[in-house]
Amino acid sequence: MKEQSMAQRLHIDIPLLFGLMVLCGLGLVVLYSASDQNMAMVVRQGVRMLLAIALMLMIAQVPPSQLSRWSLWIYLIALAMLVLVLAVGDVSKGAQRWLDLGVFRFQPSELMKLALPMTLAWFLSEKSLPPSFTRIVVAIVMIMLPVVLIAKQPDLGTAVLVATAGFAVLFIAGMNWRLIAGFCVLAASFAPVLWYHMHDYQRQRVLTFLDPEKDPLGAGYHIIQSKIAIGSGGLYGKGWLNGTQSHLEFLPERSTDFIFAVFCEEFGLIGVILLITIYMLIITRGLYIASNAQQTFGKLFGAALIMTFFVYVFVNMGMVSGQLPIVGVPLPLISHGGTSLVTLMLGFGILMAIHTHRRLLSG
Amino acid sequence: MRHSFTFKDSDQETTLIRGRIIFAGVASTILILIILFRIFTLQVIQHDHFTTLSQSNRVKIVPIPPTRGLIFSRDNVLLADNRSSFSLELTPESIPDIDKTIARLKKIIPIDDDSVKRFKQQLGKSRRFESIPLRFNLSDEEVARISVNLYRFPGVDVKARLNRYYPLGANFAHTIGYVGMIDEDELSRVDQSNYSATSHIGKIGVEKAYEDLLHGQVGYQQVEVNAQGRIVRVLDRTPPVPGKNLYLTIDVSLQNLAVKEMENKRGAVVAMDPRDGDILAMVSSPSYDPNLFVNGIDAKTYNALLKSKDTPLLNRALRGKYPPGSTVKPFIAFSALKAGLRKPGDETWCPGWYKLKGSSHVYRDWKHYGHGHTDMHDAIAQSCDVYFYALANDMGIDQLDHSLAQFGFGTTTGLDIGGESAGLVPSRKWKRQTQGKPWYPGETLITGIGQGSMLVTPLQLAVATAAMANHGHVLKPHLFKMARDPRTNQVVARSRRQVTHVIKDPNSSDWEYVINAMHDVVQGPHGTARREGRGADYKFAGKTGTAQVVSLSHEKEGEAEDLPEKFQDHALFIAFAPLQSPTIALAVIVENGGGGSSAAAPIARKLLDSYLDKSSGKEKDKSQS
Repeated sequence: MKEQSMAQRLHIDIPLLFGLMVLCGLGLVVLYSASDQNMAMVVRQGVRMLLAIALMLMIAQVPPSQLSRWSLWIYLIALAMLVLVLAVGDVSKGAQRWLDLGVFRFQPSELMKLALPMTLAWFLSEKSLPPSFTRIVVAIVMIMLPVVLIAKQPDLGTAVLVATAGFAVLFIAGMNWRLIAGFCVLAASFAPVLWYHMHDYQRQRVLTFLDPEKDPLGAGYHIIQSKIAIGSGGLYGKGWLNGTQSHLEFLPERSTDFIFAVFCEEFGLIGVILLITIYMLIITRGLYIASNAQQTFGKLFGAALIMTFFVYVFVNMGMVSGQLPIVGVPLPLISHGGTSLVTLMLGFGILMAIHTHRRLLSG
Repeated sequence: MRHSFTFKDSDQETTLIRGRIIFAGVASTILILIILFRIFTLQVIQHDHFTTLSQSNRVKIVPIPPTRGLIFSRDNVLLADNRSSFSLELTPESIPDIDKTIARLKKIIPIDDDSVKRFKQQLGKSRRFESIPLRFNLSDEEVARISVNLYRFPGVDVKARLNRYYPLGANFAHTIGYVGMIDEDELSRVDQSNYSATSHIGKIGVEKAYEDLLHGQVGYQQVEVNAQGRIVRVLDRTPPVPGKNLYLTIDVSLQNLAVKEMENKRGAVVAMDPRDGDILAMVSSPSYDPNLFVNGIDAKTYNALLKSKDTPLLNRALRGKYPPGSTVKPFIAFSALKAGLRKPGDETWCPGWYKLKGSSHVYRDWKHYGHGHTDMHDAIAQSCDVYFYALANDMGIDQLDHSLAQFGFGTTTGLDIGGESAGLVPSRKWKRQTQGKPWYPGETLITGIGQGSMLVTPLQLAVATAAMANHGHVLKPHLFKMARDPRTNQVVARSRRQVTHVIKDPNSSDWEYVINAMHDVVQGPHGTARREGRGADYKFAGKTGTAQVVSLSHEKEGEAEDLPEKFQDHALFIAFAPLQSPTIALAVIVENGGGGSSAAAPIARKLLDSYLDKSSGKEKDKSQS
């Protein structure tokens, strides 16, 4: 066995770190333009990024075997906090998502994005794979409990991401294709029952999801303006700080969920290809790390983390370019805001830990 | 296959997982290529189409602020109004040189430096395309002068805004609070899209606590704009939903009378309905004009308020902490009866002083020559200190502490607008934690007459008095009565009676005994406030209190009147009326007012007279109709 490198000893994965830094830098550049050159906002976001990176490097020091041992407890605590948040949570922005801990407020649903795939990875790696039918059923119950609680807050975007993280573990663990198809059919057949139990305003929201043009002042307007921004950018873009759609305030939420439209308008298709390449390099590296993990726990957990990251990118780009309904999913590491940033970076820290805490095998 | 031997479980697993991961990688690549193809279509194939759309893009969504709900008293007097006024607003994005523009504007209408300073502060916090007010409350003449010059000032607008106005000003500053310009921190705590057109938010008091009800729902209009961004035509409109009108439990005439009685005094009055916890009046004196804060107060005025030695910004009703003095005696007496520590007839010999066994320190009664043989009734009516020294000594601090806590002392009452202080009921634990010292028996004695470390807020005192009046129901006081939808006038929310805690005593005659003694305080032959009870055409109960600010040695007591005002005693008075089925309970505190009977009780009497006269009048009206 060769000597451990410096990076290995510090539990840093250089390719991953490099990719993330490039993305963060790009994020700040785009934010400067999208926020109408509000330097204070850029500096705040930069500080948040540094904090998140520090947290990432910290969690990378924890051996994955340790996480595996704690996972059930973390899951149960997160679940208890989700119940608590519904009971006593801080009603902010019209939904109960925050738990006020005196010193700081945080969203238990964010913790669940990590806790759920971690526990499932632990649970499924206990026995040999592919998982038995009973185990799959238990796993689905473990997924549905937090998802239902989060959807009740109501926070559909996060519920979708948490569900993705959970089902990703089941998929990677080798759940039978026929069972996958079966569950899809079952889920689809439940839709009418769900529809029947929904409140009027929830039904209205689903209808707007399906047909944004029905709501020309709200979601429909977003989509129309976003498409104009992307389309008018062309091959080379209008140039940094020169996007008319964004600076003449036609584009709503341009520093948060719709920042990708600003990017497309100013940097054009060339820029988009570059951005997608960076994302795909990070995702490839993540999948490589998961695939080469020593423990089954690391493989399942790592793959689920990176697949969730992909779903962020895919859903955000899909909704901004008008192919998917509008759900509140940010463009990871580019959109303005701190909540998802921390969770994402912690996820990457865990991936680094999976890759660098390798036991040296003798013989 | 690489493996020639039989598969181990783990190898099989590795192969399975690797297969799934490769599948995920391929699927992700295909999905992202679909997105990329879509963007290629938009950016290359339909580029010309979207460029045209972008150049002729003239449609904007403009949010419309909802009208803030009005606030009324229980008797329908308007307490918070919206008045339309014109303001001068600048949109930074459209102005090349802001300083130069302000200098040019100054030649047309007066703009003071504070306004410019506030504007600059706001400028740092807002987005560049949002218009920021520079001057508020433009006169008609100023509007005219600006309007004819507007063509010379791109990015400058005269806008009509609804401004919050409090017609009764300082009388309600400590209850209703005020709204002010929304800041970034507040914006991060609310639904930003709902506040996208809102400039003001509740900062304190009812305005803050009921922000959700008062604010309403933002509306939108789709407008066509010209190249400078000015609106040419409205295409579509979703009207805003106005906020709800709030009705408070405050009785305006009682509140105004209390303000008048407290004029030029420091202190507080809290009156509540002992049946349901409705706050009928809540006054903290001195007060300030809340209208000053609505559009930002100038630094000079604010500093003057902040530095005034009368601290007008302090809400004394909720945050003022005072030693309760003798007003605690009825509560301690009741607890002693309930615990069986004293029977009504038990007498204590009062020679005018009290000594602990084995100590030489003399604890004095306020009455130099003593009260003689005193039972509990007389001890309350005449406020005998020696009786309560002895009682406190028998109870011990632990039981005393528990008894006072039962009436809600030492914890916040849970008033719906928050911002309360919890006061302090001293205990062994508290002393060890804060001073690291053991509890001394002498401290128990002075706690027994409401002196020493014990501190209460006027609100706590009112809630405890109400609990005495209603035989043990410690209520959660509230200012909110109901909310109505301004469009339909339908009631959408209503407050209900909330009980924090019930003091259970199987022997209801204990309550009556103490209440009777309190009745004799004001309407008995020897009561400490008998002068203030004289001539009332209803029966009521009360208790005086005088809280020492500095302790005077016995010899110097005669010189108390010569002391500077800030060292004079605080005057306290609690009361409820009518004696049978009380409808009002109150607490009055006058800082450095001297004795409770002379400074605080007359105010309470006037308030009771006015309230009961009016409410009996109301009942007459009801019976006639």
